[in-house]
Formats: sequence, structure tokens, C-alpha cells
Amino acid sequence: MIDPGTTFPKLLAALASEHPHGHALQEKRYGIWQTITWAEFDGRVRRFANGLAALGFVRGEVLAILGDNRPEWVIAELAGHALGGMSVGLYPDGVVDEVDHVVEHAGGRFVVAEDQEQVDKLIALRHAGRLRTVERIVYYDPHGLEEYDLGELLEFTEVERLGEEFAREHPGWLDGEIAEGRADDVAVLCTTSGTTAKPKLAMLSHANLLSMGASLMSLDPIRAGDEFVSFLPLAWIGEQMIAIACALQAGFALSFPESAATMRSDLREIGPRVMFSPPRIWQSLLSSVQVRLSDAGRLKRAVFGLGYAIGVRAADRRLHGRRLGPVLWAAHRVADAVALRPLRNQLGLVRLRRAYTGGAPLGPDVFRFFHAIGVNLKQIYGQTEICGIAVAHRDGDIRFNTVGVPIPGTELEVAANGEILLRSPAVFHGYFRNEQATGEALRDGWLHTGDAGYLEDDGHLVVIDRAKDVLEAHDGTLFSPAFIENKLKFSEHVEEAVVFGGRDRPIVTAMISIDPETVGAWAERKHLSYTTYTDLAQKAEVYDLIAQAVARANEDLPESVRVRRFVLLHKQLDADDEELTRTRKVRRGTINDRYGEIIGALYDAGSDAVTVLSMVTYQDGSQTEREITLRIASVDGVAPATESRGRVAIGARP
Amino acid sequence: MSRAYRYSLNGSVLEPGALQLEAEHLSLRFGGVQALTEVGLVVRQGEVHAVIGPNGAGKTSLINAVSGLYRPQRGSIRLHADRVHELTRARPSKIARWGVARSFQNIELFRHMTVLENLLLGRHVHMRHNVFSALVYHGPAQRQEIRHRELVEEVIDFLELQPVRKRTVGTLPYGFQKRVELGRALCIQPALLMLDEPMAGMNAEETEDMARFILDVNELAGVTVVLIEHDMGVVMDISHRVTALDFGRVIADGTPAEVAADPAVVEAYLGVAA
Repeated sequence: MIDPGTTFPKLLAALASEHPHGHALQEKRYGIWQTITWAEFDGRVRRFANGLAALGFVRGEVLAILGDNRPEWVIAELAGHALGGMSVGLYPDGVVDEVDHVVEHAGGRFVVAEDQEQVDKLIALRHAGRLRTVERIVYYDPHGLEEYDLGELLEFTEVERLGEEFAREHPGWLDGEIAEGRADDVAVLCTTSGTTAKPKLAMLSHANLLSMGASLMSLDPIRAGDEFVSFLPLAWIGEQMIAIACALQAGFALSFPESAATMRSDLREIGPRVMFSPPRIWQSLLSSVQVRLSDAGRLKRAVFGLGYAIGVRAADRRLHGRRLGPVLWAAHRVADAVALRPLRNQLGLVRLRRAYTGGAPLGPDVFRFFHAIGVNLKQIYGQTEICGIAVAHRDGDIRFNTVGVPIPGTELEVAANGEILLRSPAVFHGYFRNEQATGEALRDGWLHTGDAGYLEDDGHLVVIDRAKDVLEAHDGTLFSPAFIENKLKFSEHVEEAVVFGGRDRPIVTAMISIDPETVGAWAERKHLSYTTYTDLAQKAEVYDLIAQAVARANEDLPESVRVRRFVLLHKQLDADDEELTRTRKVRRGTINDRYGEIIGALYDAGSDAVTVLSMVTYQDGSQTEREITLRIASVDGVAPATESRGRVAIGARP
Repeated sequence: MSRAYRYSLNGSVLEPGALQLEAEHLSLRFGGVQALTEVGLVVRQGEVHAVIGPNGAGKTSLINAVSGLYRPQRGSIRLHADRVHELTRARPSKIARWGVARSFQNIELFRHMTVLENLLLGRHVHMRHNVFSALVYHGPAQRQEIRHRELVEEVIDFLELQPVRKRTVGTLPYGFQKRVELGRALCIQPALLMLDEPMAGMNAEETEDMARFILDVNELAGVTVVLIEHDMGVVMDISHRVTALDFGRVIADGTPAEVAADPAVVEAYLGVAA
């Protein structure tokens, strides 16, 4: 149980007095990792909090934060909490409309924005007559902002300076404010992913987040001195969970990468002990391994292929809780030394003790790959509304098709209609300013997840899909489009897939976007020249390649829900075009509206091509239009691809 | 602990708008080839000044004359700094010390050295320690080295070169190499930056990136830029003033709009009178 007086700022103050010189935050600046100690971290939080107070920030107010992961992000967040305020994070790559929605809805007077790019979004909205509530915009990267002449703009260090003055005039005032904080105060307004509607803001208290962190760490301890690289948006619940809720309880250091482009090498330099990433990160790690392996020499491929085969066998035994036996044990030691550990080292995963994937299902083959190379990857299941984690795999009890069993302190029930219900101290306080949605999600303390699932005999939970997304095929078979989409995405050549079907549709069809990295590499090996993504996607050879992948996915599916026709989209699905959420989940409503013509053609048996007007929205909001003809292909009679992601493609040149 | 840069990349002591470079009656001949004839050029502090013209018009000859690689037979080139320097008779190394930096049309980097090392070489003109303190290293030489590295890191941040910091230049894509060359010129903390066709051979996206970096260099860092460019679209978008050359003579000089409308320029580019 969390003590009712515990809050994040109090935990920080305790760490600062116990380990003043311990590493709290690390950031690469001037090409060198620079450390901020717990005492410095606490000091900056106090200065910024005093500064906010000097500017008029009051208890219960909302502080919006918009930017990439930097020390200032968490300093601002904790300063808001110290004053009894609520923080709301925004995705830094969000377009103007998303910023507008969240800030307007939260109604904050203070926004902390990283740099010129983010400040420009806010100013554009101000000019359009939006964000009337915003009084101050605080930025922490001043490049390019020197010439801006706006009264509400303030540099982060200037707020800290104001804070120092304020602290001199009001000694001890902030200590009183921090002491007043209760664990049940709402600390974080976390945006939900919003696959169907605009994101909602889930109200999470200190106690919610801390109890979730405590439960998780009671299973999988994270120690002071462990490393964590914070590279996923801090607006995401998964990042808040580890970087705030766990880090402040266990006292481990956060490292912030230098830029998005250096993330891989920064990860390798730090060598994190724990990682939590959505499936796309694991998939892209695997894709990069596949691409680099296929470019490697014959000897390297052979050595890795052999080591990997041993790794797969060892992993299969371990995952079922069986011992390796002396021969396999010895073989695995050799394989690890010559093939698996070097690869883990390349990926920066060599020191990793545990890794989690969550937010969406991860394909079994991807799962198997990471276990085979010695990464202890575990599926977790949860929602923003329950602080991210409610169900997780235990060490030594990992099954690829399940999401594990509830973590300590969590009750789980499957309702008669198949909906998953959860209850725990981590269940949120409701949606901010949205009584109706709160009433639907929270009933008698139970969180109604809206996900359909079932429990296996041994207590493992299987999640099928969002309950309202489950479709009925023309013959009455129930199926989940997301399940089929994930099967399609097992092919390393498929980046995103959207499956259509339902009672009034005679067949199941799919709209697929190819992965430019892997398909591009494949095309190069086939001596297939292409210019743009669109050109590559419309090559007949690429259609044949994907048809085989679709046929392979169909093998495991019942006859009536097999994908019969598909189209390769001329563009990648993009969150900027509102086709995906910021956490990369498909927005079916938008897809149905935008690609109605393509979907129509998929169901017009006579047509083998469709011409569409493509509207592209750039980040600044401008749009262009062009006309493109897309082929539509049938899968009937296509032989399935013999290789699947993970198993055979590794070590073999396709 | 502000994230603002500690070092200014602009080496000029002049006020914006002040006269910075003045070339008059410049004539340059290679044997029987007359590369420049009576060329005049006036560049003011804080401007992006483009020099345009068809192939062989004398654009590169002009900036080679300014940077001291060619000796014009006639005319004068005056650089206004803390005092007025005459460039026509100065050595290239002297001219670089006075704050004139440049990039080359064909990339002139040390291909087998890293990006970081190439950029540190740009600091060469500012390295002051003598052989003895360099041998000892600890003390003054180390302090200087750290300051140079800090400035180089700010240039890396400015030009978004972080992912390739430790990569060997020869292994980088062309667009990156061009950016490294711009970076090395910036490390000089130039008063006047001359770029010889920085967008040559680039695709549309790389061109846009480079145009943005040049604008940043000019607007954020305040550096005067002399830009030689083929791509009229780019020139019209980012320059304050344009000088057009044809067969070694100035045929037009003015704002981008004036020069684009000049019949002599149209004729030189299209080959017929419009």
C-alpha cells in the first residue's frame, strides 16, 4: 500500500538527501554524457517550482509540457507536482490540431515547450484565436527564438532565476506546499491513444502511479544504479511509468538520447538494464538485424544461423520452464559467445535484464527472435486508465499468445460479454472534464477496458481485440481484424496492414503498406530499380512478394476469414495524416472515410486497379494533391512464402 | 544552464548593413582566356549575396580571387574588418585569418578523417599554442583544445551532424559531406562565408535542407554569405542581393526580383532575347 502522504516531489527530496551525488539524469551534450545528480535535480525542480509560483501558478492548475525527452521535461513535470498541480504531456511530433485539442481541453495557463518548432505551433494557434487560456509559454531551447518579441514567452532558465528570487523572499514556502501534497492528488493527465475519437485525458494520482510501479517492481526489481534510456515520448503512459513512477521509487538514473537520429548508438553507449517499448520498436530492431544480416558475408551468416538455431532451441526449453540438459547447455554457451552476445551488443541490449512490450500485440516470431538471442522480453497488458500495466508475463512463464497473469494487487474478471474488467489501486480517477466517458469506463471501482479476451486454464490472459472491432464474417465466424493484421505484419516486408470484412462483405480484404527499408533492400538484391516509395509499392514483383506473405498468413486462418484480395497503398500510414494514433494504432474510422474508393474497388470483383487522388498533409498543415493508380491483387492460387519472419530468414539470403 | 550557444559563429565586427567586401575593376586572365573583366562586387554585412551566371561565367574565378587562390592582374578587393585589408596581394592563409571562409564546388575534405576531426581542422587558424605547450598538453593547450571542441560541438548541433560525428567523412552520403564542408567553414567563425555551389548534385530534399541551413547560418548566426549557385529557384528564395555574371562581366546587380527581370540575364540564361 502506498502511504497516503507520499508524492513524487517528496520521493525526489528524499533521494536528494540520501544520495545527493547519485546519478539522477544524464544527457549527451557537447558530445559527452553530462550528469545531473539527485541534489541538482531536486534543486532545479525547486527553483522552477518557485519560479512558476512567482508567475502565479496555483494548486490544482494544469501545466502542459510539449517537447522531446530532456531533463527540463521531467523538471517541469515535478515542479508542477510540487505546487500541487497536474502535468499533461503532449507528443512532440503532434500536429497543430492535436496540440490545440489537448491544451484547450486541459485549459492550462502555462505551457512548457521545447524549442522554436513547438513554440511556433502554439503561436500559430494563438493567432488563430485558440488557446485563450494560455498566459505563459516557457521554452528551454532558445535557438531561433532570440528574435521573437512576445510578452508571454519566457526562457526556462529565466523562470529558474525568478524562482531563486521568490525563494529568498518566501523562505520555506515551497516546503509547505510540497508537504501539503497527498498521494490521492491527481498528478498526471495522461492522453489516451484515441483510436476512435480525440484523445481523452485520464486523471492519474500519485498513488495510482506509485502503486503500479511498486507492484511491477515487486515482480521484477529495478535497483538504484540500473540504467534506463528514456527515448519514447514522455507523454506516453509507458514512459511515465518507468521514468517517473519507477525511477523515483527505486532511484535509478534516466538517460536522454542526444537526438532521435542517434538513439541507437546512445542506447548502445548506455546499455540499459530495463526497457519498455511498443512492438514497433522491437519490430524495427529485428528488421535492421535482417537487413544487415542479408548484407553480411557468407561466413558471418553461417555462424549466426547456427548460433541462432541453438538459441531458438534453448529459448523454447527455458520458456516452458524446462532445463537445457548438458549438451544443449554447452552448445548454447558457445553460441552465445560467438553469435548471440555480439548481436545483443550491437543492438545495445547486452546488459538488459528485462524488456517489456506493450500497447499492441507482438508477433510470436518477433518474440521468439528476441528470446533466442537472449533478451528476456515479456508482454504486458494494460491501459492508460490503469497506469499502463495490469497484466504481465512472469520470468520463466512466457507464452507468445498470452499477455501473462495479473500483477500483484490487480483483480481481473472477464465479463459475460467477453469484456476484460480490472480493479486495482492503479485504476484512474476518471477522465478530466468528461463525466460521461468516466461513467462508462468506471463502474463500482472496476475498469471496463473495452477489450475482448478470455482466461486460459492456467490463468494466463489472452486479449483478442477492442470489443467493438471484433467482426462477424459472412458465414457468422467471429474474427478480429487486428489479429489478422498482426499475422500479416509478421512478414518483414509489411509495415502496416488494415483488414476489412464483416457481415455485409463477401470476403476479407486488406490494405497494406510496405516497409521501405526491407522491401527496398529486397529490391536491390533483385536488381529492381525504383524511384519513390509509391513506385516501389506498385511494382508487379513487389505485389508478388506481398501476395506470398498474405498467403502465408492465410495458412493459419479459417477459410472464411482468409484475406482474398489486397492493395498496396501508395504511402505509409502516418500519424500526421491522422491514420494512426501517436502510439501507432490504426484509426479505422479515418481509414474508412479516406480510402472509401480503394475499399470499394477491393470489393468490386471486376476491377484490378483503382485511381485515387492522394492528399498529403505536411507537418506545417499545408496540403498537396496528386492522382495515382493502384493495382489490386488477388491471393487465390498464390503459393505461401516459405520463410517467415524470424525462423528461416535469419542467416539465410532470401 | 541555458541551452543557448556559448560561442558566436559570426566573426565580423561590423554593424549589419555596413560595407564588408568591395571589389573594383577586377580583371583576371589565364594566358589568352579572359576569366574576369572589370568586375565589381559590393557585399554588405548580414546579407546573403548570390553570384549567378551560366557555366564559365567566372563565378568561381571571382571567389577564388577573393580567397587569394588567384591573383587578378588588375583591380582591387578590399575587406572591411577592424581595418581595411587589400586581398589581391595577400596569401590565402592570411585571408583566412582575416575571417574569409569558403567551401568548394568539389568537396575538399579529408576523406579518411572523421567529421569531428575535419571540423576541428577548421579551428586551425585560431590555435595559438606553441610547440612547447602543445607537447606538454596539460595546462594552456588542454584548455584551448576544450574550448575549440566546445565550439565544434555547437556547430555539430547547429548543422544536426550528431549521428555522424565519429564517422569517416569518405563513408558519408554526399549531402552530409556538403554539410560537413559548410560546418568546417563555420568553425573558422567567419566574417564572410563563401559557398561555391553548395546545392550542386543534390536532390530536392537535400537542396531544401541545405537552403534551410544557409538561412540559419545567415539569420541565426548573423554570418554574411556569398553564395554561388546555379539553381535560380534557390537563389531567388534565399538571397538579399544578386550579381549576375556572363563571360566574365557583370551583367546585372540588384535585388533578386530586379535581376530576374533584367533582359540581359534572361538572355544569358535562355540564349535568346525575351
